[in-house]
Amino acid sequence: MRREPPQRLADYGPLFFPAGMLTVFFVVPFATMIAVSFFQREQGGFYTPAFVFDNYARFLSMFFGKVLGFSLFLAVAVAITCVVIGIPFTYLLSRSARKIQVVWLVALLSILSLSEVMIGFAWSTLFSRTAGVTNLFVWLGLMAQPQALTPSFGAVMTAMTYQAFPYTVLVLYPALVRLDPTLTEAARTLGASPVKAFFTVVVPALRNTILATLIMVFIFALGSYLLPQLLGRPQHWTLSVLITDQAIYQSNMPFAAAMAVFLVLVSLALVGLALYAGQQRQAK
Amino acid sequence: MTALRRLFFFVVGLFLALPLIVVAGVSINARQTLAFPPQGFSLSWYGQIFTNPEWRNALVASLTLAASSALLALLIALPLAWFLWRRIAPWANIFQLLGVAPFTLPPVITALGLLTFWATTGFYGQAWTAVISHGIFFVTLPLVTLSLGFSAIDRSLVEAAATMGADDGKIFRTVVLPLILPYLVSGYAFAFVLSLNEYIVAYMTVGFTMETLPIKIFNALRYGYTPTMAAVTVLFLVIAAVVFGLVARFGDLPKLLGAMSDER
Repeated sequence: MRREPPQRLADYGPLFFPAGMLTVFFVVPFATMIAVSFFQREQGGFYTPAFVFDNYARFLSMFFGKVLGFSLFLAVAVAITCVVIGIPFTYLLSRSARKIQVVWLVALLSILSLSEVMIGFAWSTLFSRTAGVTNLFVWLGLMAQPQALTPSFGAVMTAMTYQAFPYTVLVLYPALVRLDPTLTEAARTLGASPVKAFFTVVVPALRNTILATLIMVFIFALGSYLLPQLLGRPQHWTLSVLITDQAIYQSNMPFAAAMAVFLVLVSLALVGLALYAGQQRQAK
Repeated sequence: MTALRRLFFFVVGLFLALPLIVVAGVSINARQTLAFPPQGFSLSWYGQIFTNPEWRNALVASLTLAASSALLALLIALPLAWFLWRRIAPWANIFQLLGVAPFTLPPVITALGLLTFWATTGFYGQAWTAVISHGIFFVTLPLVTLSLGFSAIDRSLVEAAATMGADDGKIFRTVVLPLILPYLVSGYAFAFVLSLNEYIVAYMTVGFTMETLPIKIFNALRYGYTPTMAAVTVLFLVIAAVVFGLVARFGDLPKLLGAMSDER
């Protein structure tokens, strides 16, 4: 239709409600959080308006450095695991019959939407001594006695991969569906095996997609706040857990806010990088 | 190759299904034990969700929150997506960006922002603040599906209606709305299911005054295990599968998830 710039005030009408809501309930809270990150903390969980850098200065401690280092390491490990399994999986899925695709997509969406509480609970059950997977190992004769596999790093890592895998597939899906099938066909005609065609044609063609997906999944994993708490030991806590802990249980809002601002900066920088990688892909 | 592909799909499927199978198993234990394979058979833990006042209240709270916040998300997304489609106003894309931001950033950030906001304004803990918080947090979903829906509309249809003398309001009701209805429904469905399962934003805004089911499970986990948690998990999984199954049945799920150019 004639798409035209708004001229009269009434033309802006539809924008009032969405713009107002997003400004008042997203921009303002965001600004409030940034402001609070500079506030002075008082004893007893209160804080007073001020402009101090104390909350940011606390980042320079060894403890914080360790948590940050571990969070980044964990998110990178989860992102790499998910992408390495996700690419061949999504590639094969995108080449499957439509009906099969739909069934998998419904299943992946259902798991993706499953509450983190429930994923944590499900894995803690699977890793428990009485109902867990080790009972199966005992039955198969691989183990002498059932044992609990939590809390441990492996449990945190497994559950976070579980949580992020459906997300990875859904991020990769559009790019892989659109991938020109004649590319691999040509490679096959020239004598490449399917596996060789995959690694020499599909993977290089998707280099920027893969990079963008890695970053998206990395940010997704960085946001995990319950699984390290439910399945890990305190040394497996991530920045997201620490923020929740400071805000709710330690009642130190200014410090929690400062950490959140820091997390935003890290995430934004990475989203920017992902968008840049995506644009490089478009430009090609 | 086919055998190898089947095996790969099977292994991934097993990894995804295993924790859910165990949860489904422990949810039908006869007694309050965490045992798998289940000992005895009982559906009483499913009954608990509806008969035990604590679990029932949490269920009602979750459903009310999800239904109303998804509606709010839709009310924010629809006029915005319509405006962006109808008008040439590049600066208005900033609101599109704001709509997508809460979903792209780690959720704890939105949650903390809203917590400081509600605490500062003095409304902290009121039930309706959770509706607004979720409405904003999940506005991304209807916004994305609706943008997709609008971009699929053939502009010549609208042009024809305009030539026949229909004004903007009439065009919207008679031409645009019927065409984007599937996207409206799927946007609502996505927001509804995700709100039902959301924990951190709900916890940080109303966690001390109201219990949704995810909050209830988390609180209950601290005092030990009850099979009702497993029953709720299975129930939520079934709800999600049914909702997304319906979206797939009546809409085009691959297209909704980005396989746009796929006309094969």
